[in-house]
Amino acid sequence: MKDYEIVIGLEAHVQLLTESKVFCGCSTKFGLAPNSSTCPVCLGLPGVLPVLNEKAFLYAIKTALALNCRIQDIIKFDRKNYYYPDLPKNFQISQYDKPLAYSGYIEIEHNNAKKKIRITRVHLEEDAGKLIHEPGKGLSYVDFNRTGIPLLEIVSEPDISSPEEGSAYLQELKSILQYLKVSDCNMEEGSLRCDANISVRPRGEGSLGVKAELKNMNSFKAVRDALSYEAKRHVELLRKGERIVQETRLWNERKQITELMRTKEETHDYRYFPEPDLVPFTVDKKEIDRIKRSLPELPQAKKKRFIALYGLGKYDAGVLTRDMEISNFFEETIKLFDNPKKIANWLSGDIASILNERKITIGRTRFKPAHLAELLDLIHTEEITGKMAKEILPEIFDRGISPKEIVRSKGLKQIKDAGELASVIDDVLRENKKSIDDYKKGKVNALIFLVGQVMRKTKGQANPKIVNEILKKRLEGGG
Amino acid sequence: MPNKKTIDEKTVKHVAGLSRINLSGKEVKLYQRQLTGILGYINKLNELDTKDTLPTSHPLGNLKNVFRKDSVRKSLSAEDVLKNAPAKKDGFFKVPKIIE
Repeated sequence: MKDYEIVIGLEAHVQLLTESKVFCGCSTKFGLAPNSSTCPVCLGLPGVLPVLNEKAFLYAIKTALALNCRIQDIIKFDRKNYYYPDLPKNFQISQYDKPLAYSGYIEIEHNNAKKKIRITRVHLEEDAGKLIHEPGKGLSYVDFNRTGIPLLEIVSEPDISSPEEGSAYLQELKSILQYLKVSDCNMEEGSLRCDANISVRPRGEGSLGVKAELKNMNSFKAVRDALSYEAKRHVELLRKGERIVQETRLWNERKQITELMRTKEETHDYRYFPEPDLVPFTVDKKEIDRIKRSLPELPQAKKKRFIALYGLGKYDAGVLTRDMEISNFFEETIKLFDNPKKIANWLSGDIASILNERKITIGRTRFKPAHLAELLDLIHTEEITGKMAKEILPEIFDRGISPKEIVRSKGLKQIKDAGELASVIDDVLRENKKSIDDYKKGKVNALIFLVGQVMRKTKGQANPKIVNEILKKRLEGGG
Repeated sequence: MPNKKTIDEKTVKHVAGLSRINLSGKEVKLYQRQLTGILGYINKLNELDTKDTLPTSHPLGNLKNVFRKDSVRKSLSAEDVLKNAPAKKDGFFKVPKIIE
């Protein structure tokens, strides 16, 4: 791979968070009964006229400005014509030669290096319907609820040079969109989708290699895996002296390979022409400036501020600001418990694991900043140990009650009394003679092990600092 | 197809293919003649001098920025939507499988 260079461009489709569809009043709610959210406009029945959703347009402009794009002077829509069962009108209202915005960029940070990934274009279009295939029966089922849901297509320049960089770009894009509150970017529900163009070339070569288009990648991991697979496939073909064919390939998640979907020769001929049912749109300079000024603090800026203001490391600041809800939670907690590093550790450690496990965002749980602040305070005042705090954390998530109350109702408290600890420590030393010898031979880890044993016997209630002191004294004083 | 005055049979077949229409040899010849005629007629427009004219994407030149508010209106019932469907199942339209 070292002698080859990977060139990647990503095309993201983002569902905008509107109540109604982009050209009609049907609901955009996910998971409705099939074909229950359609009307003559989105079904393309004769004689109907589309009218643009003001919020979808505004969200598109807002996103384009956050991505440092220029806004088109005169914005118009076009018809993209193709015949397919997911498209009741036989054309999709999209944008062709005059996308809503162009020439932007996103700044990403990968392997501790900053890089600008340029954005070619951002355009607004309507989504198509959903097809469900029934294997073996030669049948497909069509649900038109998704038809007409507003989509923003965001196309990058081929500035991405590794699968990991591609994933970092997508992560940054997702964070920006969530900060703007224009999309929930849920890859599983399809509100963020991604296609890729990828090619390889011998390092130092000026012209681009033949590219493949990749589709059907439904998670960040899938994007990374599919790109890695495809890059390797290209390099192997080139090494064998074979020719790469321009084609569209699908990522097969189960088999972890890409499979041929169609070659260039079969590529659709979309016969774009201007959509005569929609008038042109313009945004004047004053309005653009007003929207620019109203943009929220974006992830990269917040990250810089977290580093400067709270003295966090780059990594911690990155983890916290990637998710807007987490970054807000962090700042809310600081108001109540002024120790940024401790809060950051909990948010990126135990709390992140619980959220991952439950596949939920922090805003949707009953765990609040006040709970975390109280929990940290209980540890700080040595009422409970860190281990005890970790143990009651899931319960705070489940019940949304204060840590103090859980501590009280369970009768939890730290054992700090040396007398009370002495008998447990006696037991532990008796049962672990080998560790005592190890310690005397200079193995410091033996002490940590013994402290752990005491913690276990006290179900995490012993104060580890005091246990440590007593143990050390006993070991050095001759057991 | 800018400035192309005739349509050959290959183009007719290509366009028919895109529209999922099967044409007989006779039909291909017929449409080739008719489409060439239509294009020839439209081509008259090329005789106009449009050097100083802006491209028109919409006939209502003065009208722009027509929006609707983002509010949900009642949709059709699934039952009505599926009324004319030749084949349906469990609220879905049923179609022959198309792999892509």
